Amino acid sequence: MYPNEVELQWSVLIVLYPFLTGLVAGAFILASLERVFRVEAVKPTYRLALLTALAFLIVAPLPLQLHLGHPERSYEMYLTPHGSSAMAMFGFVYLWYLLAVLVLEIWLDYRRDIVVMSQSTTGWKRLVYRALTLGSSNISDRSLQIDERAGWLITVIGIPSAFLLHGYVGFIFGSVKANPWWSSPLMPVVFLFSAMVSGIAIVMLLYMLMCWIRREAIDMRCVDAVAKYLFYTFIIDFSLEMLDLIHRIYEADESFRSLDFMVHTKLYLSQVVIQILLGTVVPIGLLALTQVLKLAERQRKQIYVLAGCLTMIGIFAMRWNVVIGGQLFSKSFLGYTTYKMGFVAREGLLTAIVLTILPFVILWMLVKLLPPWPDRHSVAISAAASAD
Amino acid sequence: MNITRRQLLILLPAAAIAWEHILAGTPEASPNYNMTGHWWGMLMDITKCIGCGSCARACQLENHVPDGYYRTWVERYHVTDWALEYPKVDSPEGGKNGFPAAVEAGGKNFFVPKMCNQCADSPCTQVCPVGATFVSPDGVVLVDQKYCLGCRYCVQACPYGCRFINPQTKTANKCTLCYHRITKGLTTACSEVCPTGTRQLADLKNPNDPIHEFLKTHSVQVLKPHLATRSKCFYYGLDGSVR
Repeated sequence: MYPNEVELQWSVLIVLYPFLTGLVAGAFILASLERVFRVEAVKPTYRLALLTALAFLIVAPLPLQLHLGHPERSYEMYLTPHGSSAMAMFGFVYLWYLLAVLVLEIWLDYRRDIVVMSQSTTGWKRLVYRALTLGSSNISDRSLQIDERAGWLITVIGIPSAFLLHGYVGFIFGSVKANPWWSSPLMPVVFLFSAMVSGIAIVMLLYMLMCWIRREAIDMRCVDAVAKYLFYTFIIDFSLEMLDLIHRIYEADESFRSLDFMVHTKLYLSQVVIQILLGTVVPIGLLALTQVLKLAERQRKQIYVLAGCLTMIGIFAMRWNVVIGGQLFSKSFLGYTTYKMGFVAREGLLTAIVLTILPFVILWMLVKLLPPWPDRHSVAISAAASAD
Repeated sequence: MNITRRQLLILLPAAAIAWEHILAGTPEASPNYNMTGHWWGMLMDITKCIGCGSCARACQLENHVPDGYYRTWVERYHVTDWALEYPKVDSPEGGKNGFPAAVEAGGKNFFVPKMCNQCADSPCTQVCPVGATFVSPDGVVLVDQKYCLGCRYCVQACPYGCRFINPQTKTANKCTLCYHRITKGLTTACSEVCPTGTRQLADLKNPNDPIHEFLKTHSVQVLKPHLATRSKCFYYGLDGSVR
C-alpha cells in the first residue's frame, strides 16, 4: 500500500448514498410507466412510487453531509461550482430533480385532493392543506385538465432527469481513472439499471406491505406487471454487470491480478455470495419461475416478497462492493487494506441504520398527509352512486 | 450611473459569487515573487537514494504533518529476476526512520522517494467540487484550506496516493512543494536535507536551472505515464517495476 491508503476515505454512508438515489430514480421510472407509457396495470403503484421517490430523495443528501469534513461549507458547491468536477453538479442535479420534477409532479397530481382536503378537514390539518394549495383552489375541469397535461410534460422531462440523477452518480465513480475498479464507461449504465431494479423492487414490496397493513386485497394484475418489469430490468442489469466482469477477466490488464485476488478473498462473501448469487441469480430465477409456470396467487405473492427482499440486499451489496471494494486494494496493486466500521460513530453503522429507516418514516408521514390510494369513504359513495 | 433598488438586489449576489471565485484561486502571497516566472517540478535521482528517511522527517517537521500521514515517503523495492512485475515493497512509517536490513535474498533492492507529482493535468484538481484544489500559475498543486469541504474526492482521484485528510483540519492535505519556502527563494525541506542530492527542486522556466542540462543528457521517466497526468516529478534510474 501507499502509506496514505491504509485509511479508507469513503465509508458506509457513501455506500448508502447511491443506494438511496438509486431507489429514487427507480421508483420514478416505474411511476412514469403509468403516466407516459400508459401501462394501466401498474396504476395502483403510481402515487406510492412518487411518494417513495420523494421520501428517499429528501434523505439522499444527508449521508453526504454527515460525511463531509466541513458540512458548513457545502453551500459553496452552489456558489462556486468547479466546472470540471463531476461532484460539483450534484447540488444542481439534486435540486433540479427535487424541485423541478418530483415535488412539482406530486403537487400537480395531488392538487385536486389537496384543495378538497383543505375544505373538508379542520384544525392544523386544514392549515397544512391550505398552505399546500399555494393559494390556488381552482379545481374546475379545465384547470384539472391543465394539471394533467403539465404533469405529463413534467414526467416526460422527469424520465431523462431520473436517468441523469443516477447515471451521474455512476459517473462520479466511473470517471476516476486512478481506480481501475471504478473506472469504466459502463459504470453509469450499470448504476442506472441497478437503480431501476432496486426502485421497482422497493415499490413492489411497499405496495404489498401497504395492502397488508390496510387489510386490502392486493391487485395481482398490478403486482404481476411490476414483477415482470423487475424481471426484464434485472436481466439487463445482470447482463451489463457480467459483461463488465467478463471484459475485465478477458482483458486481464495490470490491475487484474490485484482485483481478482480481492474478489476471491475480501469481497468473496459480499460480491460472489451475496451480490451475485443470493442477490441476483436467485431472485432472477424466482421471477423467471413466475413467468414460466402457472403458479397460484399465494405462491406468486410469496415469491415476489422473497425475490424483492433478496433484490434489495443484492443491490445494497452491489453499492457496498463498488464503494468499499474500490478502496480495499492499493493503487499500486501491491497490497490491501481493511474497512473497520464503527458502530456509534458519525460515519458508523448506527448512523447508516438510522438513515436507512428515516426515508420510511418520511414516507409514512407523506402517506398520511397525501394518501396514495382513493379514500374508502368516497369510493363507497361513488360506487353507490353509480349503482343507483 | 443610477442603480435602482431592484438592480442592486440583482447585482449584489452576482458580485458576491464573483468575489468568491476570485478568492478561491488566490495562492499564498509573497512579495517580490513573480508567480508567472516559474514552473516548478522535482527531479528524483533514485540511483542516489540511500533510504535514510531524512526527507520524510524534514517534511513532517517543516509542514506539521500528523503522525501516520505522509506528504512524502520512501519505498524500498525488492525485485527478483523471475518476477519483475511483482516486486515486494515496504515502507515502515513511510521510511521516516530508515529501513531495517533487507532479508530477501537474490534480486535487487532499491529505494524510491515519493511525493505529490505536481501534475499539470492533475486528476485531483479536476474533481474538486468547489475548486479548493488548484494549480497555481507557477505549476504547484495547492489546496485552499479555508475552502476545502473535506469530501475526499481528490484523495480518491490521486493515482499516486499522495493525498490524505488532515485529522486536525478535516481538509485535504498534500505536498505543497514547500510553497512558503520556494516563493522566498529557498528550496524544499526534503531537498534541503537530502544528503545525497537525490531530490532536486527544478524550475522549468528558469533557463539557468541545471534541470535542463540533466534532462538533455539523461533518460528520465514519470510514474504511471499511461494516466497522462503530465507529472512534473521526473525520476532518473526508475525501474519498470515501480508503481
